[in-house]
Amino acid sequence: MNGFFELFAEYDVLGAFWMNIKLTALAAIGSFILGTILALFRISPVTSFRTIGTAYINIVRNTPLTIIMVLGVLAVWGQLKVEFFGDFDLNFFAYAVIALSLYHASFVCEAIRSGVNTVPLGQVEAARAIGLTFLPAARIVVLPQALRGAITPLGNTLIALTKNTTVAAAASVAEASGLMSTMIEFNPDLMIYIFLTIAIGFCILVIPMGIVTTWLSDKLAVAR
Amino acid sequence: MSAQADVMFDAPGPRAKRRILLANLVALVGVLAVVFLVLMQLNRQGQLAPNQWANALNGNAWTNYYLPGLQFTLQSSGIAVVTALVFGLVFGFLRLAPFAIIRGASAVVVEFFRAVPVLVMMFFLYFFLSRQVAPTGLIASEDSAYFAVILGLTVYNGAVIAELIRSGVKSLPKGQREAAAAVGMTRNQSLRIVEVPQALTAMLPSLLSQFVVILKDSALGFLIGFYELLQYSRQLGSGYSNILQTLVVAALIFIVINYLLTRLATRLAGTLSSRTGGATAPVTSTTMVSTMGQDVK
Repeated sequence: MNGFFELFAEYDVLGAFWMNIKLTALAAIGSFILGTILALFRISPVTSFRTIGTAYINIVRNTPLTIIMVLGVLAVWGQLKVEFFGDFDLNFFAYAVIALSLYHASFVCEAIRSGVNTVPLGQVEAARAIGLTFLPAARIVVLPQALRGAITPLGNTLIALTKNTTVAAAASVAEASGLMSTMIEFNPDLMIYIFLTIAIGFCILVIPMGIVTTWLSDKLAVAR
Repeated sequence: MSAQADVMFDAPGPRAKRRILLANLVALVGVLAVVFLVLMQLNRQGQLAPNQWANALNGNAWTNYYLPGLQFTLQSSGIAVVTALVFGLVFGFLRLAPFAIIRGASAVVVEFFRAVPVLVMMFFLYFFLSRQVAPTGLIASEDSAYFAVILGLTVYNGAVIAELIRSGVKSLPKGQREAAAAVGMTRNQSLRIVEVPQALTAMLPSLLSQFVVILKDSALGFLIGFYELLQYSRQLGSGYSNILQTLVVAALIFIVINYLLTRLATRLAGTLSSRTGGATAPVTSTTMVSTMGQDVK
């Protein structure tokens, strides 16, 4: 344990976790928006929209996040020289957020689609009967119920996203897993304590999310 | 799966058919425009030059880079899926044990391994194996990354599988357990002979989907210097400065394998559903609980 507490003065552990939280929050918003659009594509009456949605899901969901991240940093930035911000750190942060959003959008889409499956046919038929067309029916009748039915898979996706923010280490974003590597590199005799600190940090982030998800999915379940 | 596609709309009439046709045309033009713009951009940067792609697709690339990389990816994932299954079976059983202390302790272990990101686990295991274990001569120092990948994948996916087994047993119709009790089986016999085998049959498709997760996560080994498909592709790409092309090939290899595995899992779910009282729809860590409750028909 010798020197363990001095580590916190030397390394910004909380700052690193704050980075994971920022990545999670921004990528959650990004993937939710893109995922909802994709879900609308996948249930739309237009054949080509459905095809586009399905193609996106099959391509992105089956690609490792690490490849997407590395492709962004080494190919799109390194070779194609696409730059979002002049600032080096901010630019890589943006790359990480985009990669995380693109990847998790496919899971959000599937979660919402499984929520749509929980909406009884009669709801949509009733919406049509009162003259709502596809988009109003989706917005007013189907999606509100589908989202409530999709709380569990959405929560699981958020949990997966939180843990996957560590992959931003591939884009050299200063987050917790990268910090852990550095800390162990220079303090190998404390490696178990350092690992447990970071691991418990993630438990503190992730386990309440699971509890809230279960609680919300019970509370918001549509009574049928 | 076409049932839910029809949920949102009626069979289109003549006017809707015209509108759908129009929307299809708009989408086609949109997609073509995006593809065209991307290709233009790539072309301007010289990324479409024939030799860029030739070097990423020729015999040298396959025999010296992709195939050896794929071999290590498949090998580490294949071993990990077996060890994860063993880990999952042990902890799945412990989580159903009659003693609250064992149930509680195994729940803590499972929840811990599920909550810690695989990458954090791999980083730690890599340092631990290379600094603490390798000096004892148990494993070769250069194999540290390989074992760190396998172990990291094992504990995370093992914990997920333990959860799958537990929820699989819980989701069996309770008549199964009652029938086992009625013919005089103890709780342990009922679990071992009646419930877990059915839960296992039910989760075979999920196990295949978990293999997809393991394959994808094995690419995390890239970050601890494990020579798998992504690492080899990057190496090839930096050699010929065509990293965009080689990474795209690597991604395509992953997509094809994972797509086929997912298809197989869905087909298997259909075939197996008559052989178990449990739900066979493939479940992964992101769909886990939902499939237990809602998607099951």
